Amino acid sequence: MNDASDWRPTCSLAVLRARADILADIRAFFAERGVIEVQTPTLGLNSTTEPQIDPLRTTDGAFLQTSPEHYMKRLLAAGAPSIYQLGPAYRAGEAGRLHREEFSMLEWYRLGFDDAALMDEVAALVDRILGAADCRRIRYESLVGAVIGDPAELDLRFASAVERLGKGRWFVTDYPAEQAALARLRDGDAAGAARFELIVDGVELANGYHELTDPVELRQRMVRDNAARAAAGREFMAADERLLAAMTHGLPNCAGVALGVDRLVMLAIGASSLAEVMSFAER
Amino acid sequence: MASYATNEFRAGLKVLLEGDPCAILENEFVKPGKGQAFNRVKFRNLKTGRVWERTFKSGESIAAADVVELAMEYLYTDGQFHHFMKTDGSYEQVAASPTVIGDALNWITEQDVCQVTLWNDDPISVTVPNFVTLEVTETDPGLKGDTAQGGSKPATLSTGAIIRVPLFINVGDKLKIDTRKGEYVGRA
Repeated sequence: MNDASDWRPTCSLAVLRARADILADIRAFFAERGVIEVQTPTLGLNSTTEPQIDPLRTTDGAFLQTSPEHYMKRLLAAGAPSIYQLGPAYRAGEAGRLHREEFSMLEWYRLGFDDAALMDEVAALVDRILGAADCRRIRYESLVGAVIGDPAELDLRFASAVERLGKGRWFVTDYPAEQAALARLRDGDAAGAARFELIVDGVELANGYHELTDPVELRQRMVRDNAARAAAGREFMAADERLLAAMTHGLPNCAGVALGVDRLVMLAIGASSLAEVMSFAER
Repeated sequence: MASYATNEFRAGLKVLLEGDPCAILENEFVKPGKGQAFNRVKFRNLKTGRVWERTFKSGESIAAADVVELAMEYLYTDGQFHHFMKTDGSYEQVAASPTVIGDALNWITEQDVCQVTLWNDDPISVTVPNFVTLEVTETDPGLKGDTAQGGSKPATLSTGAIIRVPLFINVGDKLKIDTRKGEYVGRA
């Protein structure tokens, strides 16, 4: 792949145009709803403690952001209205038909929304880009089966179950508390997490939460995350103290979601891999 | 022993799986949401030809298999083993058992050059050229004038293989055979 004669883009000009139309449509969608576009750093001082996500780092130790979540929440805590961001995100070692180390992420936060209200809005955006279709809802446990066994086994069962869903649009809802990530837990811990994912034609397209706003609970989760990271031989990730301080100041009640833009374009044009919809997928 | 981690997996890689030498056919990276990453891999077992599918946690390693494919010349059979010689001038020979040589025996004659797959220097499979030329040793007499259509008849080739040929073929004719389908292609 290092052959210089291979200088041409990996996607066609027609795909480039389709992609531009989709980006314009996304921006129009949010303009109509009064959600404002923001830009936060892609190079930051902290990264996520998520046990299964590894960031890329620069030589001076800065982190390429795996998602703009922490910065966007700091904007919300500082009084920003509902916001969205459309830009690159980076995850080390993720490479495949549906994964790239660098990809485009659409992330947005809606003040006063819960996960159910945000799911409706996600469905409306997807209808606009992919054409209207039914979006069914299925609880995590109904899809994956009883939440027992080690986490890796659950993840594998989830991945297989998602593929078995086949064509169609599905929201997977009510994740187990252990997979809450940054979602709040419903009343009474046993009730699970206010987290959802959108699956379209067997492809995981979006992941959203009714956001956890409690900084004490977040710090506990970060400690748990790091224990899991250590057990898996991953590097320790310092807690993002600025995010915790912002949440101590007060993160308003909101719901947020991240959506894979390259995957959305891929589904829109009927491609089968991300490389087909990226201008240069040579790395 | 050398090994490969999942991030080195690619089509064509030769590895050891459950003690058997295999070639990777496909490697798909699977990572649900915020969960564990996996590699779902399809292998061809190089001894049996069967396709196996296995799932690995990303980061796991499997042992490399010392497998090479060489062009080798078929020399002779001693009645049990079939002897091949390297074509690199070394005159090194290997002996393939009847199981290893399998159906290849239907199509090869002395001095044919085949692809021989060696695992730890032992032959595990023999691939004959896609097309070979063989002489007809036995068939019903040819029908003059019938050159295009009509039926077919069995013919025995110099290797002992029996194939269907057009009615106009005679004993002594040299035929071009597609070894992948075991079919008559034309007169050589």
